[in-house]
Amino acid sequence: MSTIEAPRTPVRRRTNWEKWGWLYMRFSGVLLVVLIFGHLLVNLFLGEGVQAIDFAFVAGKLADPFWIVYDMLLLWLALIHGANGMRTIINDYAHGRLRVVFLVALAGATVVLLVLGTLVLTTFDPCIGTPSETLAPLCAAQ
Amino acid sequence: MSTEAAAKIRAPKTTKLQRPVGTLYRGREGMWSWVLHRITGVAIFFFLLVHILDTALVRVSPEAYDAVIGAYKTPIMGIGEIGLVAAIGLHALNGLRIIAIDFLTIGPRIQRLMFWIAIAIWLALLAGFIPRQIAHIIAGMAGVH
Repeated sequence: MSTIEAPRTPVRRRTNWEKWGWLYMRFSGVLLVVLIFGHLLVNLFLGEGVQAIDFAFVAGKLADPFWIVYDMLLLWLALIHGANGMRTIINDYAHGRLRVVFLVALAGATVVLLVLGTLVLTTFDPCIGTPSETLAPLCAAQ
Repeated sequence: MSTEAAAKIRAPKTTKLQRPVGTLYRGREGMWSWVLHRITGVAIFFFLLVHILDTALVRVSPEAYDAVIGAYKTPIMGIGEIGLVAAIGLHALNGLRIIAIDFLTIGPRIQRLMFWIAIAIWLALLAGFIPRQIAHIIAGMAGVH
């Protein structure tokens, strides 16, 4: 004998991933506006702009944990935001097997770059290779 | 049917076909902001892929990183950076407009106004950035740095 569920038993719903993706785009979007404009201000606008950027510039920034956390947030928030946007576009314009190929390529690229970026930020070594004049005294002291 | 009778049959009188104008979306601010959001989004995504890869060279060697970042210091790339900032600025401001449409009660009613506000802020942003960027490009060409 099969039992009949009591009336008004709520339907068991699965996680609504599309809803969470939709919310993620909005919340990460607000954070990214702040983070990316800060990133552009420091690296492209202030001082000598892009002309000032070299290995020593990056080493100077990454010596401060603030910028490691900042860049880590940028990496994860921006790449997942971008990948989710690309997923929407693929779903709109690609069909059948091509759609699957695109989605797999997108997921692969996203995971590889997230891992790569995280490793670079967590294992950065300012004394790698031949240190420049700016970094040589610091690295010699180590 | 005789040819005489056939000649009398004429196509029914119609008014000249008009283009469909009766939508709130098509051809208007809503559609164009969507188009721009997609185009800028895709462009920024591909830049992001390249940008993570070039920055990852800091883990290889100072020489490798400096060589690739040197490519960003050329005048051509300096102009490209204006395009990048323009794309990011538009995507960011229109993104905030989308959030306002979705979460504010009056959002959908003022979406068209918000589009033009976003464009105005975007133009102000570029008016601030472009002269400074041109100064950086010229300084780079002059080898000041």
